[in-house]
Amino acid sequence: MVKDIEIRSSPHLKRKMTVDRIMRSVVLALMPISAFAVWQFGLSALLLLVTTTGVAVLTEWFFARQSGQGNTIGDWSAVITGLLLGLTLPPGFPLWMAAVAAFVAIALGKALFGGLGYNVMNPALVGRAFVQAAFPVAITTWTPAFAPGRFVELIPSTLTLPFMQPVPVADWVAGLNLDGWTGATPLAMQKFQHLEAPLTDAFTGLIAGSAGETSALLILLCGLWLAWRRMLDWRIPVSVLAGAALTALPFWLLDPHLYPSPGFVLCSGGLMLAAWFMASDMVASPVTAKGAILYGLFIGVLTVVIRLFGGLPEGVMYAILLGNAVGPLISSWTQPRVYGSK
Amino acid sequence: MAETANQGAGKEASAFLFEREESLTADTFIRGLWKENPVFVMLLGMCPTLAVTNSTLNALGMGLSTTFVLIFSGALVSSLRNWIPKQVRIASYIVIIATFVTLVDYLIQAISLELYAALGAFIQLIVVNCIILGRAEAYASKQRLLPTIVNSLGTGVGFTLALLSLGTVRELLGSGSILGVQLFSDNFQGWVIMMLPPGGFFVLGTWLLFFNWLRLRKQHPAPSGATVHAR
Repeated sequence: MVKDIEIRSSPHLKRKMTVDRIMRSVVLALMPISAFAVWQFGLSALLLLVTTTGVAVLTEWFFARQSGQGNTIGDWSAVITGLLLGLTLPPGFPLWMAAVAAFVAIALGKALFGGLGYNVMNPALVGRAFVQAAFPVAITTWTPAFAPGRFVELIPSTLTLPFMQPVPVADWVAGLNLDGWTGATPLAMQKFQHLEAPLTDAFTGLIAGSAGETSALLILLCGLWLAWRRMLDWRIPVSVLAGAALTALPFWLLDPHLYPSPGFVLCSGGLMLAAWFMASDMVASPVTAKGAILYGLFIGVLTVVIRLFGGLPEGVMYAILLGNAVGPLISSWTQPRVYGSK
Repeated sequence: MAETANQGAGKEASAFLFEREESLTADTFIRGLWKENPVFVMLLGMCPTLAVTNSTLNALGMGLSTTFVLIFSGALVSSLRNWIPKQVRIASYIVIIATFVTLVDYLIQAISLELYAALGAFIQLIVVNCIILGRAEAYASKQRLLPTIVNSLGTGVGFTLALLSLGTVRELLGSGSILGVQLFSDNFQGWVIMMLPPGGFFVLGTWLLFFNWLRLRKQHPAPSGATVHAR
């Protein structure tokens, strides 16, 4: 048999870029961020990431088998979903809840729609939104970064028995004798007490927060690397960040004590991680260049609106899910004119 | 309705419209439980299904109330079917149904004020429940008294079972109890989402998925091995 002759419709000339190559690169780009999360929060963060990734891959394997798609683990997309999900959860999040989140992410967010390439929304965020609604207390329980002994002992709530309430961490935190720990993330402190954390700390990541969202600098570097390799559309993160900064600016100028500075908006919370790694989800974002910018601006503006006027300190998750929902509409609005037509 | 059409001629040819009067068989009852289940097959009465199934007790209360109204309004519609003019039949059915809904409304207030408060406006809204109006229009107005009662009972039980299957799952995950009896220790972590409206959608969707999967598997037994997915 002659294998060189390809008998099928065009395109016949292809680049070497394949789905699993891109996905592998994204996983590689997420590695430094995951490593930083483990260094910052210790063993609990490691277990959290392993749990979400493991359950996501298992769920993917099960549903792909059930639907007769064969083995789809090899495209690495489930690994990305699991890693991203783990990075958006608080480091002391009970592992059984993380497993629920990972299952929902793949099963409801992806498998039900037909697998990779058909999901309407970013699967990791679907999983996170589900546990945000199901376990609102656990997902807003934060533990301090750089706790002494974080590599030898777990945060007590990590190993909560399935279906049971998380073990309270207040006593454990008090036992650490940390100076200045208030139990809130910089984002929540800004919202409810109007105290802004130093920008350098928020930028480099020496703060509390979800496992992988703390270091804006590191996320920026990893994201830029992916964009430089053309594995994500640079327009989306840039317009998300621009939209957020430009919306925050007038409020900050009006009342710098009450509203956060644009720099703080960009470096705090999950905005940076979400802008580079979640909003840019290739499946769930618009395909046209103009559409990508519109979509990014929409997410950026909405994030700041939710942060400033909503009930929760962080809004980027809902902003992206809504952005995903209007994505197809934006795509159809911004179809380029066919050459030669009016 | 391809499924029923396949099964051939006669009284079962159409699930909703009976040209002739039906004689009383076991199927008259069983149909409402499974093949014509108002929630899982006909997707009727979605409003109470999603709204009041956050606990087993609410689901049971709603199911029984609806069954009561179904049986009695069906019986009255069937008895009066030769006297109700065709032009005003819907209005007449509504008056009949509303009468029994009012009865149920006062009855539940008398039995348990707590349940009444939990079910809220949904008791009064049984008036516009499309299952009841649907049964009156499609069945009771054409059939004799006894088959109507049996068929209404079947539909009502089917509805109650559907509500219970949602209610138990939501209560079990939402607060770790069934009918208010705590099954786990006090440390049980409730899934708040199951108590909220989205939980109703999620559980209903999962049940529909399950029943459709069962039905499909019955029609096309086990696809062998891995069929390649069209890409």
